[in-house]
Amino acid sequence: MRVEIKEIKKYFGDVRANDGINFQLESGNIYGILGENGAGKSTLMKILSGYQSQDSGDILLDDKAILFDSPAAGLFAGIGMLYQDPLDFPPFNILENYLLGKSKNINLNFSSAAKQVSALADQYGFEVDIKAEINTLSLGERQQLELVRLLAEGAQLLILDEPTTGISAEQKEQLFTSMRRMAYDEKKIIVLVSHKLDEIQELCDHAFVLRKGKLVGQSEVPCPNERLVEMMFGSLPTRRERHPSVHDEVMLEIKDLKVATYRIQIDGISFTVNKGEVLGLAGLEGSGQGLLLRACAGLEEIDGGEIIVDGEIINDQEYHQRRENDVAFMGSGRLEEGLITGMTLTEHMVLAAEEHDFVINWKQAEVETKSKINTYQVIGQSSSTADQLSGGNQQRFMFSMLRTPLKLILLENPTRGLDVRSTNWIWEQLYERRSDGTAIVFLSADLDEVVDRSDRIAVFSGGKMSRIVNANETNVDELGHLIGGQE
Amino acid sequence: MKEKLKKFYILIPVLGALLFISILLIIFGTSPIEAFSAILNGAFGSQQKFLNTSAFWVPLLLASTGLLVTFSAGLWNIGIEGQIVMGALAASAVALNVEASKPVMLTLEILAAMGAGGLWAGFTALLKTKGKVNEIFGGLALTNLSIILTNYMISGPWQPPEGGTFRGTAPFASEALFPLLASSKFSPLALILSISALALVGFILSNTYFGLKLKSLGKNHYSAFLLGVSSDKEVFLSMAFCGALAGLGGAVRVLSWFDSLRQSISGGIGYLALLVVMLAAYRVILVPFIAFFFSSILTGSISLQLKTQLHSSLGGILTGVMVLFVILFGDRKKIFKKKMDQNNE
Repeated sequence: MRVEIKEIKKYFGDVRANDGINFQLESGNIYGILGENGAGKSTLMKILSGYQSQDSGDILLDDKAILFDSPAAGLFAGIGMLYQDPLDFPPFNILENYLLGKSKNINLNFSSAAKQVSALADQYGFEVDIKAEINTLSLGERQQLELVRLLAEGAQLLILDEPTTGISAEQKEQLFTSMRRMAYDEKKIIVLVSHKLDEIQELCDHAFVLRKGKLVGQSEVPCPNERLVEMMFGSLPTRRERHPSVHDEVMLEIKDLKVATYRIQIDGISFTVNKGEVLGLAGLEGSGQGLLLRACAGLEEIDGGEIIVDGEIINDQEYHQRRENDVAFMGSGRLEEGLITGMTLTEHMVLAAEEHDFVINWKQAEVETKSKINTYQVIGQSSSTADQLSGGNQQRFMFSMLRTPLKLILLENPTRGLDVRSTNWIWEQLYERRSDGTAIVFLSADLDEVVDRSDRIAVFSGGKMSRIVNANETNVDELGHLIGGQE
Repeated sequence: MKEKLKKFYILIPVLGALLFISILLIIFGTSPIEAFSAILNGAFGSQQKFLNTSAFWVPLLLASTGLLVTFSAGLWNIGIEGQIVMGALAASAVALNVEASKPVMLTLEILAAMGAGGLWAGFTALLKTKGKVNEIFGGLALTNLSIILTNYMISGPWQPPEGGTFRGTAPFASEALFPLLASSKFSPLALILSISALALVGFILSNTYFGLKLKSLGKNHYSAFLLGVSSDKEVFLSMAFCGALAGLGGAVRVLSWFDSLRQSISGGIGYLALLVVMLAAYRVILVPFIAFFFSSILTGSISLQLKTQLHSSLGGILTGVMVLFVILFGDRKKIFKKKMDQNNE
């Protein structure tokens, strides 16, 4: 099997997720796809597997152009994708799940399915307990099950999207062994999407590097890490001149914090952020940095450790108490977490206000809202509903609802979707708060923003936090290695 | 032009339903005009009939008013039927066990009924917030419980001295009953209470922080939470508020529509109120009119059988078909292709 990707383009509005990508995949090889957040890896893989279709360009399968209308069609043609979250049905048992994807008979043949699953699992060295319910399995086991399903369907090209996040070291070894076997013994094509340099170096024969929707380089691997890092990140922006305003006292102290979700675990991290300091969190999205912010905000339960704000342990405070105690959180989903579709700006302002009378003085509230949206340059009326604003204006409006003064501001992607002028303006507003002693911890999918706006930077990779580096001393090589999971 | 049309959107499915029923009647060989005029006559034919229609309207209005509160908080208070029954039970308990002057009696009965209805709805709220039981299921279970309790009280402790009929208690003392107008079942006092409740709810929903919090919860639970709205507390308060008004409706049923506690004391008023509020698309001002419209059809069709060969359940069928039509065709999103939320303002 040979797969050729020709001039694939996919735009989402102004965003060029894939901007003319070309490469070829030959059977019997393991390929790595590398790239930072928003490089276009996921989009390309989704197009290849039939999950979504390209705007233009061709996928040639053994010189024949193909166009899938669904992942099932992709799989029928021999292309299977293992998603980060396995596409299985948790309340089912293994056989039911297997047959759901496979059999179209009304009367299901469980015993022959059991034989098939066992045989395939044995073949690749997976231990699958056939009677187990899906929701009792670990992520690694579910991955194995999904792989078995894809192989049983006859996948010749297997795409694995960040498969080693959240699975044990043993399972990872098993996975790698089986991937080598599929590629070298069975002459399948394996594509590994990963941000972990070690894995790419260990497993792959060839790496493609994407940046901003384009293929910016490729290399035989193993190769020097520096080479891959340079291709992935290009060069860092020069930091804008500004006066740091870091005070001597500590505002936020994290001691041995443990947080665990189904996908990812933070296992004991400690650090401090001083008053007036800006700490930026970098790393591939979903590597644990969001979990940390939410744990600090009181939106995620912690399993151990201490969160101390301005000398006070706030572990036992709920989100609302922390909010009252001047810890603010702003998530990246605007209309999902923060704004309410169908409610006016004035209504939002009244809800978010610090003090409330039982009877609302609408006239006064409107005057205050008008002055806020003036100050924050929100294009919209006080009577507009939040969903009528454009994305950038929604973001500015959310900033206008933050109280003053605050002890700690926790931000997810604070300027996503804003133009340069608005971005600068938002950060000026945030910097002004530093004189009150406000500490700012933010994550951004945009590495340039993290480098440009932070005083110090921490990088997350698979739930682990790197050492904290000074933003004005670091370089692309150091950050690239940290993002790639290397100290 | 469109703005004006929008106000009358509700007439489209209502007229559709009338047309549909008319065709059905013609198929079964009855004149629709005769049937509808019999219903109209039954509802408004005399002062007595008009007053009885109004008497049916008052508890329905109370329950609907309560539901405006829970609906705006995004809660499906299906258990309102049980809250009405509990109000009726509590008012009956006072009526049967306390002897006092009329003003004292009425005050006690009203307070007991509102307390009991509020408590019952409060249970549903606690089941939801503490026990993760959806308010629909909790409400239905508690409704069943309230009906069983009624049957037990009627056939047991509150049995009339001359022996039980299993249909109801002995009539209450006249001090316990609402003062009625012109020997009808209509109580002006109850009407004043329900109009005041409607005005209060209208004010709360549009002018208070509490009302704004409910609205935000109803529209986006998580954003509201992030903006500082404590959902557990508001869920409890809005449910209890609705339950209290439903309970008052139950008291009006036993103390003016009937004069004793009966089986099926609510007669489905709670479910009817759900339909009223849905038809009104949660708008306060429409609620009394739609409730009155329903009351007219239902009380009007009681006398249907006497005048035509039609069964009195035609009224129920008519209202049912109307609701179906509104749900099917009355969606303003489909009619005017605009966002529902924007129109709700």
